[in-house]
Amino acid sequence: MIEIKDLHKSYTMGSNVLHVLKGINFKAEDGELVAIMGSSGSGKSTLLNILGMLDEADSGEYTLDGVPIRDLTETKAAKYRNKFLGFVFQSFNLINYKNALENVALPLYYQRMPRKERHDKAMKYLEQVGLKEWAHHLPSELSGGQKQRVAIARAMAAEPKLLLADEPTGALDSTTSYEVMDLIQKINDAGNTILVVTHEEDIAHMCKRIIHLRDGVIVKDEKVEQVRASAYV
Amino acid sequence: MRFLFDKNTWQEIYGSISKNKVRTIITVVGVLWGIFIYITLAGAAKGMDHGFEKAFETIARNSLFVWAQSTSMPHEGFKTGRSIQLKVGDTNALRNKIPELQYIAPINVKGAFGDSAATAVHVDKSGSYTVWGFFPVYAKIATKKIYDNGRFINKEDMLQARKVCVIGERTQQELFDKNEDPLGKYIRIDNVYFQVVGVHKFSQSMPFETDGDIIIPFATYKKLYNTGNNIAFFSLAAYDAADAVAVEKKIKDVLKNVHRVHPEDERAFGSVNIGEIFNQIMGFAEGISFLSLIVGLATILGGVIGIGNILLISVKERTKELGVRRALGATPREVRALIIMESVFLTLVAGVIGIILGAGVLALINALTEDIDFPYSNPTVPIPYVLGALLVMVILGTLIGLIPAQRAVSIKPIDALREE
Repeated sequence: MIEIKDLHKSYTMGSNVLHVLKGINFKAEDGELVAIMGSSGSGKSTLLNILGMLDEADSGEYTLDGVPIRDLTETKAAKYRNKFLGFVFQSFNLINYKNALENVALPLYYQRMPRKERHDKAMKYLEQVGLKEWAHHLPSELSGGQKQRVAIARAMAAEPKLLLADEPTGALDSTTSYEVMDLIQKINDAGNTILVVTHEEDIAHMCKRIIHLRDGVIVKDEKVEQVRASAYV
Repeated sequence: MRFLFDKNTWQEIYGSISKNKVRTIITVVGVLWGIFIYITLAGAAKGMDHGFEKAFETIARNSLFVWAQSTSMPHEGFKTGRSIQLKVGDTNALRNKIPELQYIAPINVKGAFGDSAATAVHVDKSGSYTVWGFFPVYAKIATKKIYDNGRFINKEDMLQARKVCVIGERTQQELFDKNEDPLGKYIRIDNVYFQVVGVHKFSQSMPFETDGDIIIPFATYKKLYNTGNNIAFFSLAAYDAADAVAVEKKIKDVLKNVHRVHPEDERAFGSVNIGEIFNQIMGFAEGISFLSLIVGLATILGGVIGIGNILLISVKERTKELGVRRALGATPREVRALIIMESVFLTLVAGVIGIILGAGVLALINALTEDIDFPYSNPTVPIPYVLGALLVMVILGTLIGLIPAQRAVSIKPIDALREE
């Protein structure tokens, strides 16, 4: 599903060059649930951004589902993102003037799906995350956990090949965090490939594999015994 | 261009506009005000234009009056201060030498210039009125509206010097009973009986005219008052294409020649040039129209710049939203289109409302000034002007939308999302 080889990325801050990723190599198969762990500054968000085509690596290879990702123009990146990727952010990033249903339907709009179909599909995904009754509520009327579930529904609505979650539980309390992880595990059980960036040990252990990043290199890549979040809920 | 006709695009734009009401309203008001001012000014200018035209509608645009005064320069042995008397014969000289003249009407009058007015009597009622001796052709220069069943004096009246008259509205009121039809009745003017053949509706086409004026054939006037070939003044009309000022000069030159007046004597003949006055007034009205166009366009421009300004701020406010949209697969093109379309849509909506309000105000002013003596009538803005203004607004809206749209796509999605 994902293959990256010798990925390098550095940022120039004034006269300083900050080498964030110093040669990352890894592979993830279809259906994996991978946690990327590391302290802040370890380069985990940069890695996720490159995987999400929101940022581009300086050198190295990136292949997604057999498609080499390189020489991206903004337009091409936008199309790939729409086709291949689903994003879940720490701060949810829902559009505040659109209700839950419209938020979920938005990626489908950019797939040029007709309105009716779009709403039916969005409703189906909202139902999957258990928020059918909240479809017509604005994000401001939802709790943090509900917002993140709407965001997950939105990420899934476009039926992406890869779901990228950047600290999905970072803004949530533990109970809600476990609910969200339970949802992510269920989506993974259904066969979707998911990458979760986190700095929380318990969240990482709810994945099937943990990649530890430190100072821009992978220091440890281990398969773990998955802890089911449903045990805590 | 496909997205222009896509219902989804419009739903997206409608969503973004309708969910930010305050912003939308403030934005719209700017352009609305601009187009409103433009429509109101342009319409009012046109209304004034029409008003002036209406004020001149009873008299030929290229007409003038010429009368004789006394000389101010000695010439060919004549002393200065000699009174000049215009003669009927001058008509031929004018007609032969000035081809630009369409109509020439010699006029005689009693009671208009300080002399005593004529006395008119009908049965037991009487009054003093100005009496005019007209050629029938005068009706071509200054239209006299005649009430139903009546007529103006005609050629036969002239040839036979018939004792017929056209009386004014006031004359009718004063000399006849309320329900009495004056047509065919006889009135006594300075002790000679005249048959009333028409009643004219008063309209001021030259000074000294009143609603009590009695009009009789020039030939009859000549006999009645024994004026011989003397005339009081000329009323003339040149063809529309002729230059009123040049024609006026030619007329005076011919008259100076005929009456042996020094060619440079400016006081011997007096004149009022309606064509010149009309051109001046219409020039003034045109100036106002032009001014209103400039002011209107400038105000529209101001409004559109306001839209751009607010969109620019709103793009900054919506950085995160636009970042999310791009993370979800919106191409830069789609983001740019969204912002531009918002701009154009707001501009158009504001424009249409402004046009409607402007038209409403014009109609209101028209209704209020209808019954008062004010040169204002039928204020309109030509459709091409309205469409032109809309087109200008769409173009400006697009151009001004480009700035925030460019700003929106220049922010990388990753930076947009990172911004907390």
